[in-house]
Amino acid sequence: MSEAIKTDVLIVGAGPCGLFAVFELGLLDVKVHLVDILDKIGGQCAELYPEKPIYDIPGIPMITGHGLTESLLEQIKPFNPTFHLNEMIETVEKIGDPGFRVTTDAGKVFECKVLVVAAGGGSFQPKRPPVPGIEAYEGGSVHYAVRKMEEFRDKDLMIVGGGDSALDWVLNLHPLAKRITLVHRRDDFRAAPHSVEQMRALVASGQMDLLIGQVTALEGEGNVLSAATVKGNDGTVTKVACNAMLPFFGLTMKLGPVANWGLHLENNLIPVDTGTFETNVPGIFAIGDINTYPGKLKLILSGFHEGALMAQKAVKYVYPDKRVVFQYTTSSSSLQKKLGVN
Amino acid sequence: MAKINFVDHSGETRTVEVEEGATVMEAAIRNAVPGIEAECGGACACATCHVYVDEAWRDKTGAPTPMEEDMLDFGFDVRPNSRLSCQIKVTEELDGLVVTVPERQA
Repeated sequence: MSEAIKTDVLIVGAGPCGLFAVFELGLLDVKVHLVDILDKIGGQCAELYPEKPIYDIPGIPMITGHGLTESLLEQIKPFNPTFHLNEMIETVEKIGDPGFRVTTDAGKVFECKVLVVAAGGGSFQPKRPPVPGIEAYEGGSVHYAVRKMEEFRDKDLMIVGGGDSALDWVLNLHPLAKRITLVHRRDDFRAAPHSVEQMRALVASGQMDLLIGQVTALEGEGNVLSAATVKGNDGTVTKVACNAMLPFFGLTMKLGPVANWGLHLENNLIPVDTGTFETNVPGIFAIGDINTYPGKLKLILSGFHEGALMAQKAVKYVYPDKRVVFQYTTSSSSLQKKLGVN
Repeated sequence: MAKINFVDHSGETRTVEVEEGATVMEAAIRNAVPGIEAECGGACACATCHVYVDEAWRDKTGAPTPMEEDMLDFGFDVRPNSRLSCQIKVTEELDGLVVTVPERQA
């Protein structure tokens, strides 16, 4: 086990609520690390709607998901939080009163006094395409991400999807794989036009295959594929030799390991006390879309409020002997010093 | 008000009423119609409010926009009559609309 990273607070999820919680905790001198399963900061704002306008952030008539993420990062810069991206928290073990030892799927270990679950709709995980029996090949021939390109050398590779991930991997793995077949449900691709042109050129020169339709059946032994059946939109059925498959059907939100941390759950949401946003486990808080309480609204602005109240309670765990005086950023010179504006 | 009929994959129909101007997804969510998840809340960003429009109604609901088609790529078991219910605005013309909810959304 690697040496534990010690921090006052560990936030699960780097979406808008997690980011603003850094600000509220920072004003109270609480140090924060954040873990997110995505490879980027911003949560749903980055993954689901980076370019879509949001109209209900108080004081900001219109901002995109990406813009809001950038603004929050600017706002919390003085507090210098540390991000651990592409990692999912797997286990949470109580080691103090409160105090937790938290382990990620990458084997990273944290020791924190307070854990804040700001995980939104849960963890983003690849969508499984609607192919009967595909589960059996996961961990064998079916992969939802490319970890090592070498794994695809000399493979009969089927890539399924029409977005940038699908097209990028067609182009990147084309030199390595024995043969690539790209399968997409329509002859129209949302990937970058340049990638689509390159793919079409490879198809035109006979260097790869493109099938328009859907994968309907898989054949193989154990978790090793040997063939895939593709049903074309015109009804033609093609069986393609295939011993590796990369489906790219986007991401979906699953609650994931949060369910195993000893927290009460109601319909996959975490009930909290609305004075502190603490869960049934002292020292573990839940803010944003993942919590529930009477009157709960899944709004970013509600998550901001929840983060502010959470911070007031969390600081008592981090500095049990310190008297916390509530101050305003408009008038407090000590807060302004922390923000680097005075 | 318009009536919208949601047929689940076992064939059972639930009929709900919704005011014109709302979306078919909103009609489902407000009435807790099973099988419509609408994870993104109607931003055309998740493909979890996917429905099949009854053949008799396809002309009236129209075809998906290019943005909706892009999202439908992420749908489960997408067919020619697939639509995202958050992108179908209810009008007087759609009173009595029949849509089928897929077996699952993702």
